[in-house]
This record gives sequence, structure tokens and C-alpha cells, in this order.
Amino acid sequence: MELIDLTLIWVGLIGIGVFMYVLMDGFDLGVGILFPFAPNDQARDEMMGSVAPVWDGNETWLILGGAGLLAAFPLIYAVFLPALYIGVFLLLAGLIFRGIAFEFRFKATKNKHLWDYSFFGGSTVASFAQGAVIGAYVQGFETENMRYVGGAFDWLTPFTLMTGLGVVAGYALLGVTWTILKTEGRTQQWAYKVAPWLLGAVIVFFLLVSLWTPLANERVMERWLDNINWLWIFPAATLAFAAWIFTRLRKRAEATPFIGSMVLFAMFYIGVLISMWPYAVPPNYTFWDASSDPGSQLFLLIGFLFLIPIVLGYTAWTYWVFRGKVQPGAGYAGH
Amino acid sequence: MELDPILISRIQFAFVVSFHAIFPVFTIGLAAYVAVLEALHFRTNNPVYLKLSKFWIKVFAVVFGMGVVSGIVMAFQFGTNWSNFAFSASNFLGPVLSYEVVTAFFLEATFLGVLLFGRDKVPKGMHLFSACMVAIGTFISSFWILSANSWMHTPAGVEMVDGMVHMTSWIQAIFNPSFPYRFGHMALASFITGGIVVAGVSAWYLRNGRNIETSKKALKMCVIMLAVATPLQLFVGHEHGLNTFEHQPMKVAAMEGAWETKEGAPLILFAIPDAANERNLFEISIPYLASIVLTKSPSGVVPGLLEVPADERPPVGIVFWSFRVMVALGLIFIAVYLLAAWQLYRGTLYESRRLLQVFTWLIPTPFIAVLAGWFVTEVGRQPWMIQGVMRLDEAVTPSITGWMALVTLIGYIAVYAVVLYAGLFYLTKVIKGGPDPVDKAEDSSSARPKRPWSAVTTSIDDEPEGARA
Repeated sequence: MELIDLTLIWVGLIGIGVFMYVLMDGFDLGVGILFPFAPNDQARDEMMGSVAPVWDGNETWLILGGAGLLAAFPLIYAVFLPALYIGVFLLLAGLIFRGIAFEFRFKATKNKHLWDYSFFGGSTVASFAQGAVIGAYVQGFETENMRYVGGAFDWLTPFTLMTGLGVVAGYALLGVTWTILKTEGRTQQWAYKVAPWLLGAVIVFFLLVSLWTPLANERVMERWLDNINWLWIFPAATLAFAAWIFTRLRKRAEATPFIGSMVLFAMFYIGVLISMWPYAVPPNYTFWDASSDPGSQLFLLIGFLFLIPIVLGYTAWTYWVFRGKVQPGAGYAGH
Repeated sequence: MELDPILISRIQFAFVVSFHAIFPVFTIGLAAYVAVLEALHFRTNNPVYLKLSKFWIKVFAVVFGMGVVSGIVMAFQFGTNWSNFAFSASNFLGPVLSYEVVTAFFLEATFLGVLLFGRDKVPKGMHLFSACMVAIGTFISSFWILSANSWMHTPAGVEMVDGMVHMTSWIQAIFNPSFPYRFGHMALASFITGGIVVAGVSAWYLRNGRNIETSKKALKMCVIMLAVATPLQLFVGHEHGLNTFEHQPMKVAAMEGAWETKEGAPLILFAIPDAANERNLFEISIPYLASIVLTKSPSGVVPGLLEVPADERPPVGIVFWSFRVMVALGLIFIAVYLLAAWQLYRGTLYESRRLLQVFTWLIPTPFIAVLAGWFVTEVGRQPWMIQGVMRLDEAVTPSITGWMALVTLIGYIAVYAVVLYAGLFYLTKVIKGGPDPVDKAEDSSSARPKRPWSAVTTSIDDEPEGARA
């Protein structure tokens, strides 16, 4: 058993899972956030049609993440969920509304606008809650003897408010660059107009969080200052990437803004990991403290190794089948 | 007023899990029915089976979708409201619940897709195979969930070290003593639920003079199945009860309304349990029958609730009454469907309008019976979270307060009310549309198996074309 560090393997698996979720559900939540600002109903149809075939697998990542955490890192599960109690409810309620709006909007004619609002509201609330979760993780949890002992709203601080709004802006950026990739004509023109503003907003949030985090957290400050001779690459590369996306947007490129935005998210993600490693439940517990028995980790690992190729295969196949521009009226069931 | 976080958390869990449970209980039975229809169509090439299968696949897709939506919440409930339990039991609970997710994903991503959208794209045999795999997959999903649940009633294969569950045997833990009984009881309940709904809808079509040929076929299949399954369920349920009697005698004492330990205990038909004074009011009972049923001897000993201190007894009233609701409905089902089978044999079934009306009225009742059964077993476990190992007050999230649990409870009720309203409204439209109208071109290009609702093209707010008022 000592030959393989199962905990490290699970950090990798859950880490990749969370990142996949953020990217994939990110752009379709982003489409939802942008929904009321779209120029007209036809644009909304196109935008929703563009994510309809691909958003489905995303919530599996979330449930898989929830169950996987319970199996591999029960401490994370048993501290994050009580600490973020109200936030978790908002997240789930948002996702449920988003999900049913998705399905019923396609089947509705008279009451379409009602489902528009649920789609927007659900997406925005869920995105904000996810951002607040990340903020709360950076902020840390009040624990005693491996139990959360803080209050119901400890997670809601100016800092998490900002990370929440930051993720809303970030998802909107993913959503708008996805729209550029998948649509044409008037919808795409509108997306080109909005994208630079969202990119600017994301960079503002990025700078705020990057400065605020080390100031609020001594350990993070030390981590960065002690290694600044090579860590400077990350913020510098992030800003360079943002500038590159900006020029690509001006040149009316179709694919690179979306790819660039995803890379931008990868940079943020790596930045958070650098700041927090090896803490699973800061400030007291590392991933090794938080892990379950090796036997349990191994038992589930077998199932996951079998499942993950299927999930990736299913996902890749879906994107392949629905490549190219969205057809007007696609995803529009029957009528 | 002081809000009790444990009580409200229990209500919240009972609410979200009850809401969720009604969907899989139906889809498990329906998936098996669809597989049977597909097999019959494969063998006989009779278009009636095809028409029926296509229609019930649509209903399956809608209900399955509602199950998926409400299932998301379940993955988080243990952590939000019962974090000490989740943490302590994580070594067992985590992998077992994760395997359910793994199964469900595998099923949805592969065979459900072929079943919903692949009829004209794959060979006939492959489509039939997919239908069977979806049916088996729903069973494997419930296998994991019921294993985790049964383990809370009859824990096995683990040892407790410093308040943490550590595995000693996966096989013993997964196949714990109450699991086979619970699984059998639940599987039959799913068949019965599916059968009663299909029979009720078919009877409604017959009474309205619609879809005559398909509805007669469906009704006949259901009546034959139900005439076998409902009496069988009485037997399986009894066996499950004996297993409970062995492992959780206080639950059985609450079901029976037995306060004092008695040799030759009577079977109480009716009573109002009075927990405060530890007695029953208005008791009507049959002497010796409880001992005969539970111990096979008229002088057998049936332990009563007074064996344990008051704080180790389950809430008697809920268990006692839920049990009677479940059994009464079960007996009604047996009577109705044996009578139906008799009429089918005599050839008068399709003409007896009163019986057809009863079939339709019965549509909601199997769901009530299933929920009542769950109330018996779950409330009957109180005050234990894990029987004999961990109590509810040790299991609840330490940081939770009464108002937090209350606010989210109200929130879930509001969210689910919308889901249920939209879902049932839509389901009614699909059913009113019926199997007869010709299928529209096999849906849009963006239809996906992980969005089962995309398999159904009925509009939610237009008049359904097949419906006649």
C-alpha cells in the first residue's frame, strides 16, 4: 500500500473533476447569466440551442464530486457542507431551476419568458454560490476536533462576495466567447461587443483577489513571497493571456477567445492551488488529514478508473456530433 | 420558541427523500415493463407492442428526468444536515453511494441513449438489449442505495475505532442481514407501482373509448402481473418483517403497538397509541395472532416497547399508523387485482366500467403505500441513525441551528413544488396525448440521453393533439 499514495491520486482525480466541472458548466451557466441581455428572442434561442446538447453531463461531475468527496476526503465533505449550508442550498436550488427551465423552455410557447427568467436566475445564483465556495475555501474554516464549529454566515464576507461576483463575471466571459464560437450574424456581433467588457471585469476581479488574498492570509503571503523568483510567471502569464484574448477579439477571431478564456480559468485554478496547497480544510487540515481509509479509496478507485474513460468518451463524442455553428431552431423540440 | 435542529433536519430529510423516492420507484417498474414490451415486439413483430413501448418510453423519460433533478439534492443532504454521521460512516457510505452515481452515469450515457433515440439507428437486437440493460441498470442503482440504507438498520462488516467506521469485510457490509429482504420488498413494490399506473392509465383510455387495442393489451398484461405480484408482496413483506423482528425488535413493537412484553401477544387491528401513558386507547385485537405471525407459536414471546427506556423507543404513532396504511393498501391491491384476474378469465374485464374506474382511482395509491412503508422502516429505526451504533443526536451536524434547517426546508418545499407542478402538468399532457398520435420526426437534433426530457416532444402549454375533452 505504501508504494502508491492513493491520497495523491485522489487529489488528482477530484482536482481534474472540479476543473472539468468549472469549465464545462461554466460556459453554459455563463450563457444563462447573459440571457436577459441578449439582443432578441432569436438570439436567446440560438444561445440555448448551442448549449442544449452539451450541458447534460455537467451535473454528473457535480454529483460525482459530492459522492467522491465523501468517499475519498470525508473531512472536506463534512466541513464544507455544514459551513456553506445556506450557500449549498442556493447552489442546488439555482441548478434545479436552471435545469427545468432548460427543458421546459424548449417545450413552451406561451410561457417562454417565465422559463427565461428561471434560466437566468438559476444560472446566476448557482454561479455566485460556486464563487463563494472558492472564496470560503481560501478564507478557511473554524474547526474543532475535525468538526465545523462556526456560524451559518461565516462564509459570507466581503471577500467571498467578491469571489462570487468574480466567478459570475468569469462564467459570463466563458459564455460569451462560447456564443462567439457557436453563432453567426447578429447574435455573434452582440457577443463581440460584450466580450471585451466582461474580459475587463474579470481582470479587475483577478487583480483584486490576487492582492486581497495574501494580505488577508499570512500563509499565502509567505508562499508567494518566498517563491516570488519563479512564481511571478503565473500572474504575468495571466495578464499576457488576457491581453492576447483582447487582441483576438478585436480581430474577430472565433475560436481563440473561447480557448483563451479557458486557459485563463486554468491559470486562476493553478493560482488558487499554489496558494492553498497542501491544505484541504484550511487552516488546520491537509489532504492527508482529510482522507478516508486507503481500503475505501482503493475500492472506489477501481470504479472510477472504469468510469472516467466512459465519461470522457461520452463528452468528446457529444462535442464532436454537435461541432460547428448552431443551426437556427436546433434544440427546438418539434413545434 | 426553540426550534429543534434534529427534528427539522429529520423532516427535511424525510421530505427530500420522499419526494425523490416516488420517481425511481415508478421508473424501475416501468423500465422492466418497457423491456418486456420490447422483447414481445422483437418476437412477435406485433405493432401493438411497439406502440405501447414507444408511449411508455416517453412517460419513462419524463419521470426519469424528475428523478435525476431531485437526486442532485440527495448527494448533499448527508453533509449539510448529518455531517457527523457522514464523516463517521464515510469509509463505507462514500464508496457505496459513489458506485450508485457511477452506475447511473454509465447507464444514462450508454443504453438509455440507445433506448430513447436509437430505435432506427441500431439493429433491433441491440435496441432490445439496451432496453434490458436500462431495466437492469435501474436495479443496480437501487442495489447500492438499498445496501447503504440497510446497513444503517443492520450494520455489519465494520468495526468502530475512535468513532469512525472502519471496514472489516466489504461483502458482509454490502450484503448486510436486512439487505436481501429490503431489496426484494422494494423491487416488488416497484413492479406493483409501475403495473398499477399502467393499468390505471389504460383503464382511463378504455373508459374514454381511446386507444382500445393497445389499452386492452396493456391492461391484460398488468392484471396478470399484479395478480401474482401483490399476493407475493404480502409474503415477501412478511419475511422482511420477521427479519426486522430479529434485528430491530423495537421497530416491530412499534408497528404492532405492543407496550408490554407478552407471551401469546394479540394482533392489534386498531388502536390509538398513547406514548405519554405507555398504553393504547380503543384497542381492537385478535388474541394470540401476533405471536403466531411473528414466532409461529401461539405462546411465543413478543417483546414490547417497555423493554427499553423511553428515549430509545421510536415514535410509536407514526410507525403504527404508517404500517396499517401500507398493509391496508396492500390488501386492497390483492383484492382488486385478484378480482380483475377473475374477470379477465371470464372475459368480462374490459366491460366492467366500475372496475376500470377503480383502476384509475388507484393510480396514486401505490406511491402512498411505498412512502408509508418507508416511514415504518425509517421512523422505526429511531432514535438510531445506525442501529445500535450511532444515535441521531450524535449524527446531526454540530453547527446546524433550528432556523437554518427550517429556512432550507421551506426553500426545498418551494423549489420542489414548482418542479412537481411543472412535471405533473407536463406528464398529464403526455398521457392525455396517448399512444395513438403518430410520432413526430424523432425529435430535434440536440436530443441527448442525459437530458431524458428531450425524448418527449409534447408541448407544455399548447393543447395536446390527441386529447379530446
